Amino acid sequence: MGLDITKIRQEFPILDNNTLVYLDSAATAQKPKIVLDAMNSYYCTSNANVHRGMHSLAEKATIAYEEARKAAAAFIGAAPQEIVFTRGCTESINLIAKSWGSANLRNNDVVALSLLEHHSNIVPWQQLSSEVKWIGIDDAGHVNMEGLDAILKEGNVKLISITGLSNVLGTMTPLQEIIQKAHNAGALVSVDAAQLIVHKKIDVKELDCDFFSFSGHKLYGPTGIGVLYAKQELLEAMPPFLGGGSMIGEVTTEGFTCADIPQKFEAGTPPITEAVGLCAAIDWLSQFDWTDIAKHEQALMTYAIEQLKSIEGLHLLSQLPIGCLSFTIPGIHPHDLTDMIGQKNICLRAGHHCTMPLHKHLGISASTRMSFAIYNTKDDIDRCIVAMNDAINTLTL
Amino acid sequence: MDLYAENILDHYRNPRNRGEGNGASMTGNEVNPSCGDELTVHLWIENGMLIKLEWEGTGCAISQAGMSILSEELIGKSVDEVLALKKDDVYALLGVPIGPRRYKCALLCLHTVKNAFAPQSWLKTVEIDGE
Repeated sequence: MGLDITKIRQEFPILDNNTLVYLDSAATAQKPKIVLDAMNSYYCTSNANVHRGMHSLAEKATIAYEEARKAAAAFIGAAPQEIVFTRGCTESINLIAKSWGSANLRNNDVVALSLLEHHSNIVPWQQLSSEVKWIGIDDAGHVNMEGLDAILKEGNVKLISITGLSNVLGTMTPLQEIIQKAHNAGALVSVDAAQLIVHKKIDVKELDCDFFSFSGHKLYGPTGIGVLYAKQELLEAMPPFLGGGSMIGEVTTEGFTCADIPQKFEAGTPPITEAVGLCAAIDWLSQFDWTDIAKHEQALMTYAIEQLKSIEGLHLLSQLPIGCLSFTIPGIHPHDLTDMIGQKNICLRAGHHCTMPLHKHLGISASTRMSFAIYNTKDDIDRCIVAMNDAINTLTL
Repeated sequence: MDLYAENILDHYRNPRNRGEGNGASMTGNEVNPSCGDELTVHLWIENGMLIKLEWEGTGCAISQAGMSILSEELIGKSVDEVLALKKDDVYALLGVPIGPRRYKCALLCLHTVKNAFAPQSWLKTVEIDGE
């Protein structure tokens, strides 16, 4: 059927006056009005704490919060009790490391990561006493599967924690194959889906991954909410993460017992309004066909690559990217480039994108990233290229 | 006022006092890991005076122009005067608005010079100062 991009753009208040060129959705996506309205309406009509009061407002809030859990579960093919709400993808991965990792990993155990990983899928594993091993990538930016085989063969691998889609190179990892190999070797798999979640239909049961993490804010939802999916039997066996209200069964002067899953992992007042916003974002996105989204975003990608190639010396860091692409231009520091075009209200990301090991591997300290979302157009790319050429001229004149 | 004012671009395109520093009395360097900016400064000290300065580096226009501008200011100053330099002095020299996005780039030159005298001591005070 195709997407009506003009109509879609009208739903995003920040794009209203058509002066903003936002090509940084891999950092955070803009929000449709329906998400903002849902959150505002929740505060105006239903605000109370969840799982606590006996009054009807508390019940209304609890229902809204649990509806969001059901929506998140349905969105990725999970059961509601397998969905833990966190403050973001980073917290989801930290929860796995601090809870499952601390309980199950010993000194000689290995956690395998790919060189594509974001710092949020590196540091939590480095904080544990177990060993981290690195799966390399090839020149096109794809995971080296022989490297993975070799690490699995060396033994002691208890977990592979890997991104589904690189936030720099835009390369997808063959999750199904990786998960199969891992399971054959007795290892679990945690998927960092921060980027993947907004570009591809996901079914966690079909994938058979053990953990799956994403944030709301890259999915056209609000910041401050994330999702952790884990298989029910894993969640049941895992020790609690943070301690506090809601996560307990009973507290005595001697100790405490845990609530059932998923409340066991949701200490304190959760991000209720943000869950309502995420629910609205999922509903909103679900009206579109994934094939149409992919077609639209890939058309932008192909067009952007064509246009970028006209810039002298520009080097693309990967081949056949999805969602985002990154590049370097000799003699032009990404911070200068993005600062200068930023003054014209054109947003690209510059730096190491929280992937210092990847940048070190690529032999660069920083790159510039352009990322695409459902609301972007070829006009965004054209305006960006014009501004980039102006900036390059100013810097090198 | 534009961050990329003409004097910044001029120093970036035509950096002053670049050199490898052969025979220098002391050398300092500093890296800004978050953006990869890198500076090395070579100082010639005689009778408590900075008589010559050369520097090398790579990075963004702000960090490189900053070092170039600072180098012109420092030559001929006493060591005491050099050590007394503060971040506000660097901002004043640059003469452009330095916001939270770019203060690390702008102050890299000062870190580098201070490191030549006392490695790392300055870095901490700047970080505590924050923006």
